[in-house]
Amino acid sequence: MTTPYKVIATLGSRVRTSITGLGAFIRLAGAILARSGAALSRARLVSQQVHFIGNHSLLIIAVSGLFVGFVLGLQGYYTLSRYGSEEALGLLVALSLTRELGPVVTALLFAGRAGTSLTAEIGLMKAGEQLAAMEVMAVDPIRRVLVPRFWGGVIAMPVLAAVFSMVGVIGGWVVGVQLIGIDPGAFWSQMQEGVDVINDILNGFIKSVVFGLAVTLVALHAGWTARPTPEGVSRATTRTVVHSSLLVLGLDFVMTALMFG
Amino acid sequence: MTRDKTDFWVGLFVLLGAIALVFLALRAGNMSSFSFAPTYKVQAHFDNLGGLKVRAPVKSSGVVVGRVSGISFDNERFQAVVSMELESKYQFPSDSSVSILTSGLLGEQYVGITPGGEDKMLAEGSTVQYTQSAVVLEELISKFLYSSAGNQE
Repeated sequence: MTTPYKVIATLGSRVRTSITGLGAFIRLAGAILARSGAALSRARLVSQQVHFIGNHSLLIIAVSGLFVGFVLGLQGYYTLSRYGSEEALGLLVALSLTRELGPVVTALLFAGRAGTSLTAEIGLMKAGEQLAAMEVMAVDPIRRVLVPRFWGGVIAMPVLAAVFSMVGVIGGWVVGVQLIGIDPGAFWSQMQEGVDVINDILNGFIKSVVFGLAVTLVALHAGWTARPTPEGVSRATTRTVVHSSLLVLGLDFVMTALMFG
Repeated sequence: MTRDKTDFWVGLFVLLGAIALVFLALRAGNMSSFSFAPTYKVQAHFDNLGGLKVRAPVKSSGVVVGRVSGISFDNERFQAVVSMELESKYQFPSDSSVSILTSGLLGEQYVGITPGGEDKMLAEGSTVQYTQSAVVLEELISKFLYSSAGNQE
């Protein structure tokens, strides 16, 4: 075999593998959605997952939000004070958080905190042949394992993003009003003047729901397709973080262009 | 017991999310300026709207009395049509004039109502006759430039 032939064949197999992977991902997503009816009748499983995914991520999300708010307050003040419009700090902090930082940073943290644990859990279940055992007992592993985790992630993510934005605004207030000494009336009134409930807050909320879907699906798919070996699980966990972070940033660009373009 | 505990924490978690959204909507957003008071609709024709947007405030003496509910173009008169929803508790004489103003030098645009002297009041669906278009900064500058060029000759 000649070398150019090999190169082209490698390229072809890469393309084929990625298309097959995409197809498998979409089919798994379809299977999860098609079996979601059962999740509603067994809400206990979903509630357990919300507790595991959501409540346990709350602390890291709240602390990150607080510090992002602090930094936005400090950096925003530095820039705005050059133009003599320090009072617009509240507006800057609230708009950046509700439109971009809240959903995006939460989704990235969510991928690192909750996505990886989902992948590792399912990958280890697979390696321990628990999923196969379920099938032997005529229990559908997609319905019993994947569907509750999927809905748990989809419910937890918007809640976490909302908490992140709220804590961030409070952090901006602490730095802007308490430390720097901006007039609190101007801080809040400029914010209320400029932040629109539908345009900014609702669109940010929609973003966080989409990110929740994307991150959870990527995490579940990575665990589901992991090679049942320690190395395979570790690779799947890495893949979750890399793929879902890139997906979140890409989707964010598309949605920002559609919503605010 | 543990089941109830999990449910309790999940409920608390979701509740916290709802509180965060309400906080954002009321404290950071403009939800509190949404009013559900009864309104009546009036229309006005303008030659030029400038940068007026839907949901821009309608003010009289600086007080917000309503909001712009729609902007469209009248293809027979070749003029812009602005429909406004005014709160029913504020009544204006039917010969009031509306103008498009700018808050500050470069701020956002709003509709200002100057009350007239007529006894009849504006009602649902009525059209305001006296309108004044937005001041477009470029036009002002070009007028100023032309007039100052004329003075030098």
